[in-house]
Amino acid sequence: MTRLINLRPARGPSILLGALPFAAAVAAYALFSALRHSENPSDKLLPGFSALSDAVVRMGFTPDVRTGQYLLWVDSGASLRRLGLGLLSATLLALGFGVGTGLIPLIRAGFAPFIAVLSMIPPMAVLPILFITFGLGEVSKLVLITIGVAPFMIRDLSLRVAEIPPEQLIKAQTMGASTWQIVLRVVLPQVLPRLIDSVRLSLGPAWLFLISAEAIAATDGLGFRIFLMRRYLAMDVIVPYVAWITLLAFSMDWGLARLSRALFPWAGLAPR
Amino acid sequence: MSGLVVRDLWMEYPGQMVLERVNLTLGSGEFCAIVGPSGCGKTTFLRMLLSIEKPTRGDILLDDQKLPPEPSAGRGVVFQRYSVFPHLRVVENVMLGLEFSHASLTGRLFGAARRRAMAEADRLLEAVGLHTARDKFPAQLSGGMQQRLALAQALILKPRLLLLDEPFGALDPGTKSSMHRLLMSLWRERDMAIVMVTHDLSEAFTLATRVVALDRVRIDPQSPEAFGATVKFDIKVHRPVRSGESPGDQQRALTDR
Repeated sequence: MTRLINLRPARGPSILLGALPFAAAVAAYALFSALRHSENPSDKLLPGFSALSDAVVRMGFTPDVRTGQYLLWVDSGASLRRLGLGLLSATLLALGFGVGTGLIPLIRAGFAPFIAVLSMIPPMAVLPILFITFGLGEVSKLVLITIGVAPFMIRDLSLRVAEIPPEQLIKAQTMGASTWQIVLRVVLPQVLPRLIDSVRLSLGPAWLFLISAEAIAATDGLGFRIFLMRRYLAMDVIVPYVAWITLLAFSMDWGLARLSRALFPWAGLAPR
Repeated sequence: MSGLVVRDLWMEYPGQMVLERVNLTLGSGEFCAIVGPSGCGKTTFLRMLLSIEKPTRGDILLDDQKLPPEPSAGRGVVFQRYSVFPHLRVVENVMLGLEFSHASLTGRLFGAARRRAMAEADRLLEAVGLHTARDKFPAQLSGGMQQRLALAQALILKPRLLLLDEPFGALDPGTKSSMHRLLMSLWRERDMAIVMVTHDLSEAFTLATRVVALDRVRIDPQSPEAFGATVKFDIKVHRPVRSGESPGDQQRALTDR
């Protein structure tokens, strides 16, 4: 008999197997929602699919009565802007300090211990300091995301730079390269795929810090809306928002993976 | 004089003498193979010729000049592995040396300058037999082809001294002998000295005009690390001009001594 470890599903069955847990989750939700509504038709805890789609139409495709805005898109825009700017500044920091500490011994000696200690500070613990220092506006949210993910990205990139075989760096020097040219032509191009991976791994924490910051102090944003709706027990809005956030995060991850493969075709080749 | 002069070279690590009293004079067109048991300091010697390590004592002169304190463009190198850049295509790997020397700020050439550099790289790729693979990435090449690429890379800046650290150690015998033929023809066409570290005696006698064996001549049984290796044999290999050589004779000469 074939061993279990040697049974490989073909492409069709594989997709089917992958879809199964999703279908099961939706079915379970539908079942429990129907059960609760059969006992109490005005149940708010597990709204039915019609209530969910009503909420989507209300939030995404009907202007808000008070402000005239389409709230879902306003919230998405605000959140994505914060997330994007926060990740961008973390990425730039990671590039500068990661390549610096990974490649240049003087910078490593100067900054590595400091970064190692800094990365142990729980970012949420400094949120009050950020609010006091930068106020309740955009800056404190961006800084939270940045200091939340940058230390990890810096250390990840620094390790990757240090993994470049010394033979390559010596070879580049015998080809007449200066430190700057080595950074530009040898180190940066080789660590960019890893940087993208690093951003992908940081997406989860970045969303966590974004939503936390928005929950505490904001006037728009996906996290703000979810925590606002909690007061009204408006599960019909919260559930689609969570699904939307998940979809956004998943698309970013997928898009970055595709981007990495398109930009760095050599990175996927197995070394011989 | 032109060529490589090593004068009374010592290398000591804490608690361990690696090399002592190494003297060597190489003419500018010589091909010198360094052999010896593992751990005798062959690679350390090569690393000093590259200026990656500093000798504890002694001088190394290349064409009457002291070696620069860090690796430089006059000395090409091929390691056993990892000396090509995985993110660049074959032709870009070879061009890179020209780009480094002509574009100090960007490390990148554009337009006509780029086309000229590429044409030069292509000529060299033709010489090492890699022109059909010019647009591949190193990971798509076999081990032998990667070493051909590493050679082309090292030669693009026309070094006076080519350093080889067991360059063919990881290759199968067939590939190895074709690499030998390639290396010989590249060396004959150019005015450069070669220093090759190898643990393969027959390779050393097939290729080199000088075979230098490093080994410990003084041994203190109480403290085996106290003395370092030095030049034990320095053998000139006389080779018929059009080589129908028989390396076996010279090898016998070594064992007789």
